[in-house]
Amino acid sequence: MIAGISIYEIFTLTSILFFIGIYGFITRKNLISILISLELILNASAINFVVINKYLYPDVLQGVFFSIFIIAVAAAETALAVAIIINLYRQISSVEVKDTEIMKY
Amino acid sequence: MEKIVFYILALIMIVSAIASVSSRKMLRSVIYLLFVLIGVAGIYFLIDYNFLAAVQLTVYAGGIIVLVIFSVLLVHHIEMELEMAQLSKKILTGISCLIGLGLFLFIIYTNDFKVVENSKTTSVEAIGRGLLSYDSGGFILPFEVISILLLAAMIGAIIIGKGDKLTKNDDTL
Repeated sequence: MIAGISIYEIFTLTSILFFIGIYGFITRKNLISILISLELILNASAINFVVINKYLYPDVLQGVFFSIFIIAVAAAETALAVAIIINLYRQISSVEVKDTEIMKY
Repeated sequence: MEKIVFYILALIMIVSAIASVSSRKMLRSVIYLLFVLIGVAGIYFLIDYNFLAAVQLTVYAGGIIVLVIFSVLLVHHIEMELEMAQLSKKILTGISCLIGLGLFLFIIYTNDFKVVENSKTTSVEAIGRGLLSYDSGGFILPFEVISILLLAAMIGAIIIGKGDKLTKNDDTL
């Protein structure tokens, strides 16, 4: 654990990051910006898992494993999302949310 | 000392996160996100999970950011400015986010966490043994599921990214 830093301060930091991510997720109009906000949300939750593991249950490693899984899922999700965005741009020449109203045709 | 480092990291992360969701230039927004991710890696270093910090730096800062920058450069002009939401919508979203944040902080600060004082360091060996153990508390099944997920995501990304070409080949066959 970090000397002199209580668990409350770290939770405050992660909550702030989480809600900045949600703010961006709602206000942004662009698919890539939404992806960026999503990364913020995922990172905030990953820090929470690790911090709870370290501060409350230092004998086990479950939080670390879950963080590794979150990072892996985030990587897979980003790769797929970028592929979808580029394919979408080829078809409708735009990545704005308001133009994205068709699934295929 | 660690206290000062933590506060500096927290300040950098929050400022970059706000800049990242409010910057009007796409590429800058991605670079601000990179600062946040490096800050997260710094937090992992501070609480002595070196392996996780290394994974964070390589996967996020090395992989995801480069991927997002590529997609930004393929899709946008560098100087293009983003369309922003209306001011009323922004204020409404900001207020609801602040209410949610207040609720979170209220619950966190009224809860009594039973913190265990410790200064353990975790070795990579322990993480590897935990991930591959069959015993109770082992994570072999999620580990395998994640590997299948990564493979499926990789194949799916290639198929989707290739677009029309694949279906055209199917027609000629």
